Amino acid sequence: MTGPLGLYVPGRSPLHRCPPGPKLLGLAVALVLALRYPLLAAGPVVALYALARIPVRLALAQVRPLWGVLLVTGVFQTITIGWERAAEITSSLMLSVALASLVTLTTRVSAMLDTIAGVARPLRRIGIEPDRVALLLALTIRCVPLLTDILGSVREAQLARGAGRNPLALVVPVIIRTLRTADALGEALTARGVDDE
Amino acid sequence: MIEIERVSHRFIDRTVLRDVTVTLAEHRIGVIGANGSGKSTFARLINGLVRPSEGRVSVDGLDTRRDAGKIRRKVGFVFTDPDNQIVMPTVAEDVAFSLRRAKLPREEVRRRVTAALERFGLSDHADHPAHLLSGGQKQMLALAAVLATEPTTVVCDEPTTLLDLRNTRMVGTLLHQLPQRVVLVTHQLDLLDGYDRVLVFDDGRLVVDDRPGPAVAAYRRLMT
Ligand SMILES: Nc1ncnc2c1ncn2[C@@H]1O[C@H](COP(=O)(O)OP(=O)(O)OP(=O)(O)O)[C@@H](O)[C@H]1O
Ligand SMILES: [Mg+2]
Repeated sequence: MTGPLGLYVPGRSPLHRCPPGPKLLGLAVALVLALRYPLLAAGPVVALYALARIPVRLALAQVRPLWGVLLVTGVFQTITIGWERAAEITSSLMLSVALASLVTLTTRVSAMLDTIAGVARPLRRIGIEPDRVALLLALTIRCVPLLTDILGSVREAQLARGAGRNPLALVVPVIIRTLRTADALGEALTARGVDDE
Repeated sequence: MIEIERVSHRFIDRTVLRDVTVTLAEHRIGVIGANGSGKSTFARLINGLVRPSEGRVSVDGLDTRRDAGKIRRKVGFVFTDPDNQIVMPTVAEDVAFSLRRAKLPREEVRRRVTAALERFGLSDHADHPAHLLSGGQKQMLALAAVLATEPTTVVCDEPTTLLDLRNTRMVGTLLHQLPQRVVLVTHQLDLLDGYDRVLVFDDGRLVVDDRPGPAVAAYRRLMT
């Protein structure tokens, strides 16, 4: 199975085994290099994907959403600033996304959350629980498919009733369903021990 | 032992439970009744999600008003819609979630997650996004996540309502085999075969408290 975009692909490569902290630092350095030497960086980025043993199809899928935009801006830049700069800018954008995706592809969300909770530890002094910060991020990630589902089912119900494609008609039921889901999720979090400490 | 003493509950101006008193020492307890009769509210009393407007609820000597945190560690809760209780993006992480909340050591968390996924047939999905599982698998995941915390009691509010026949049987059998005490709210009456005790609610009152056969018969009479 090829997972959805940017989701962890299990593996035992050095990139998988590298802890998230150093990996994020590495990402920062790699981004700077990729922006400075966009044409030279392509080879090493491909090599990193190979090192992590990410299937080619999945690797290409990471940058596919960009192609439309890059084509338009690329053509525009070729006309205005010449093809050399256009090639550099286009490739640095693509490489940045590829590098960021590589981190999420080789890092479990939980490991990332632990790191974030660690980094957020100084916030405790101003009364913010680091675990809460990590939980907030986890819930944000979790809510994307939840909201997509709500939107999908409300739209379906309206089409079935012949309500057409009026986006305004979606708003109220979507808000109501979202609030109800938020309520249920809150209850589940309590039941699972979030408010105990 | 679950002790519910003279409990009444109101949501704003609406009385949902009326003077319920019952002591549950059995292993398998079913709860049935019409829509809106108060079953879910009753179930939520047991782990302190609902604190009664009047009366007292205790589980193994702990009062749900004073020791809600402790009680939630002992009483696992399974909701109807698994989508609402899955909080982490991937399957293994969701099982690990409650364990991390309980501040268990990392090794212990890993061991219990592996065991739970194995037991519920989810090992192959450990790193998959939880929202891509089938409905039955999601409910299995919810159960796995609850049982991994090793509760002494499991309260389930219509855990099979969204499942097909096969998954319903699977969850039903699983609940039946648990060493834990189980309180099962359901409209699927055949799931209660072999239960020790079945409570029937009607308009907020506990009206029948009997073995499954007579209790279900009384419920059928109520519904005609
Ligand atoms: N949070 C709440 N706020 C206000 N009213 C509520 C709330 N929760 C439940 N109620 C009301 O309390 C009554 C009993 O609800 P409850 O969910 O306990 O019934 P139930 O027996 O579980 O029904 P069902 O079989 O439909 O699940 C219902 O009339 C419901 O509208
Ligand atoms: Mg209910």
